[in-house]
Amino acid sequence: MDGLKFVGQRVPKKDAPLKATGDAVYIQDLKVPGMLHGKILYSKYPHARIVKIDTAKALALPGVKAVLTGADVPNNFKFGFLKDNPPLKSGKVLSTRDEIAAVAAVSLEIAEEALDLIEVEYEELPGIFDPLTAMKEGSALIHEELKSNVLKLPWKFVHGDVEAAKKESAFIAEDTFSTQWVTHCCLGTSGCVATFDASNNLTVYSNTQIPSLAQNDFLEALKTFGLKKKRVRVIQAVIGGGFGSKLDTYAYEYIAILLALKTRKPVKIVFSREEEFLATSPRQCTITKISQGCDKDGRLTFREMEMVLDNGAYTSWGATTPSVMMVPISSLYKVPNIKYTAKCVYTNNTYCQAFRGYGNPQATFAIESCLDQLAEKAGIDPHEIRRINANEPGELTPQNFKITSCGMKDCIEEVVKRLDWKGKRGKADGRGVGMASLIHVGGAARVYKSDGCGTIIKVDDNGKVDVITGSSEIGQGSDTIIAQIVAEVLGVGVDDINIINNDTDVCPWDVGAHASRTTFVAGNSALGAAEKIRDQIMEIAAKTLGEPVEALEMKDGIIFSKNDKEKNIPFGKVLRKAHYSLGGRMLVAENFYDPPNENFDQTFRGNLSVTYAYGAHGVEVEVDKETGQVKILNYIAAHDVGKAINPMLLEGQIYGGGLQGIGYALGERMIYDKGYLKNGNFLDYKMPTVRDVPPVQAVIVESDEHAGPFGAKGIGEPGLVPTAPAIANAIYDAVGVRIKDLPITPEKILKALKEKAKQNG
Amino acid sequence: MKKEITFTLNNEKVIVEVDPKWTLLYLLREVFEMTGTKEGCGYGECGACTVIIDGQAVNSCLYPVMEAEGRQIVTIEGLMTKEGDLDPLQKAFVDEGAVQCGFCIPGMIMSSKALLDEKEKPTEDEIKECIEGNLCRCTGYVKIVDAIKTVADRR
Ligand code: FES
Ligand code: FES
Repeated sequence: MDGLKFVGQRVPKKDAPLKATGDAVYIQDLKVPGMLHGKILYSKYPHARIVKIDTAKALALPGVKAVLTGADVPNNFKFGFLKDNPPLKSGKVLSTRDEIAAVAAVSLEIAEEALDLIEVEYEELPGIFDPLTAMKEGSALIHEELKSNVLKLPWKFVHGDVEAAKKESAFIAEDTFSTQWVTHCCLGTSGCVATFDASNNLTVYSNTQIPSLAQNDFLEALKTFGLKKKRVRVIQAVIGGGFGSKLDTYAYEYIAILLALKTRKPVKIVFSREEEFLATSPRQCTITKISQGCDKDGRLTFREMEMVLDNGAYTSWGATTPSVMMVPISSLYKVPNIKYTAKCVYTNNTYCQAFRGYGNPQATFAIESCLDQLAEKAGIDPHEIRRINANEPGELTPQNFKITSCGMKDCIEEVVKRLDWKGKRGKADGRGVGMASLIHVGGAARVYKSDGCGTIIKVDDNGKVDVITGSSEIGQGSDTIIAQIVAEVLGVGVDDINIINNDTDVCPWDVGAHASRTTFVAGNSALGAAEKIRDQIMEIAAKTLGEPVEALEMKDGIIFSKNDKEKNIPFGKVLRKAHYSLGGRMLVAENFYDPPNENFDQTFRGNLSVTYAYGAHGVEVEVDKETGQVKILNYIAAHDVGKAINPMLLEGQIYGGGLQGIGYALGERMIYDKGYLKNGNFLDYKMPTVRDVPPVQAVIVESDEHAGPFGAKGIGEPGLVPTAPAIANAIYDAVGVRIKDLPITPEKILKALKEKAKQNG
Repeated sequence: MKKEITFTLNNEKVIVEVDPKWTLLYLLREVFEMTGTKEGCGYGECGACTVIIDGQAVNSCLYPVMEAEGRQIVTIEGLMTKEGDLDPLQKAFVDEGAVQCGFCIPGMIMSSKALLDEKEKPTEDEIKECIEGNLCRCTGYVKIVDAIKTVADRR
């Protein structure tokens, strides 16, 4: 694509100056006149009956305006994917993050003091903290009204005949892999401000990644609270990190709404860091049994996976991660026979939710670790087995994914070349290389009935352009990508474009910043709107210049005739013409883009995404056999992105995702002991610091996806998908031990080395 | 009991009544409503609250407000020139793509500012050391280090 002026450029992020000067207003910074501060009291026990709650002393504290308990939640309101989660619990608590009371007070300090004055009497109950125990016949029930701790969700996909394929396979590898809870660690904690007007219309200032869906959730809540026919407005403050953590609505938001309703004042709840660790929803931990086979030439014959996920005590949208896990399970490499089942199991642990990659990292860890085991059995180089089985354009995968553009092989080759794979592999001298590939949705994902996003463009009579988009800016740079796309179409500068993206009263509908969909969907939506407004402008310019539309071109804010450059008119002037002429008009265009992808059918078949994103990560490690410490010497992250609209921001996604992946692989873990979080702070949780950054190369592979805006696909999530298995595979190459349980800690490596020595000795 | 303290904030003398229990971060954010300095944890583990006190980068969330007496304090709000130009570090963070959600960025910039004020040409290791206590979840730190290097290299 030649002649592009803005698309493909390293344009600085539009809101970066605001953020670099400290002027950006995050939810933490927001003050609304008359605002009260809300605080939440959490359960002392992971499983207990609440015998009594006495709030009298808290209520009597000067400055306290309201104290709520489960008894104050109207009409048994519950939220969440299965509507099993009351914002304030009464009767029984099921986890240590259960909200049991809340206070609104004139200051945060008074609210905190009031929490201490709430007296709760509990009767402790034995808890279930292990999904395998919870699944057992006769296990006590987490939700007594249900018959089983296993959620009634249909996660099963079957294609071909796995049993027959097993018999015909020349080699089979099977094993069990497990992954841990990890949490988003957004630097800006969760929070909101809820406020009602005199007619009980609600405004929520929010951090949400799903403004339109949150608006709907809050409307539903108001209805249950008895407030019918009200309006809800969601205004996003600048969001201090998302990564999926804000893809649902949460108890604290409903509590703020209830407190605001009770006090008739705006109520702000912002989490402390401890609360952020305790009361937000981590990535699900999983136990995966996997078996894969290949023929004598290394061609994959089948993949069978059985997975158990710890759902925690309540059900968010996160319980649907097994459906997205199916993407790699059915379609990473060409595999003719697939069998997959997953069970989400209630326990008295924290409940889980979306986190970048939405299940894909857990599934890919098992698939790609096991693939190396299979390659070893078959006597094939791990790079070779990946090349042989790589996805290709034109393929229809078992789930009926239509593979369009596909740069998987190129990514694998980039890794091999840049890592010096052949020179470095197989030395078993404490240094080793490993790789892993990925497939992810790259052209949206139809998880809801709609996968659409709206854009409105209006042009003012100074020639400045306002783009009003449904998409959310969570730091990823959608503001800039959309501006570049619109600038490209209109031939005006990126600085002349203003992006409005944070207010449901103004912005059109969108299903949210998830599934790496924003560049693809919001980008296509903006592209369509820009083309429409360009046509309108050209039409007026043609009339004014007395030239046919076909003869006109727009460049650097000027419209001119290709036949006669003297005939030209600045962009802004066209607009003034439109506004000030008799019978004048306004220049506004709208466009709704809902991609031509499909919901899954009952058998989980359907082209979930218009296109798919690919990548391969390669890593060279050095393992200290004395200490078990792993040092990453070189890290290559190659990604097929279709087209890089902004290589600089794109690299940022790859570097950021990659380091989250390294944390996932080598250190991060929420330690829960019998339902109690033991390391809910930055000191003990150990998210990566600058010291953990290895030498890293982000390699951009462009496959030019015809359905993407200017050829682009999504890249928000892929950066952390193959990281853990690539590292695990490299460690195996270095010292001959395979760690199957994340995170790969020095202790686990030492233990495995010891066992290996025992076996050999 | 409130006490009066006097110090220099972004080159201006301030006299203010404070509660000795406050932290400097509280004074900045809640009393002065200067919200550029962020609170990411409140207990000294994330660096989002970094300000420069007498040339040193300090976590203001741990800094007792009474200690501010007589000191020179610079916050992110004090970096832009009077003409409204960004500080070279701010500009480099913007231009190098070092900013994503941005929550860590004021702290990152203040930490690196303290380093660059002290050292003409810091090494990469010194750069890393200076932002070791500043957590960022978005960027993987690569472009943040690049941005700081760019400023150092241009000198
Ligand atoms: S807020 Fe001060 S170090 Fe985190
Ligand atoms: S840019 Fe988001 S935490 Fe650093």
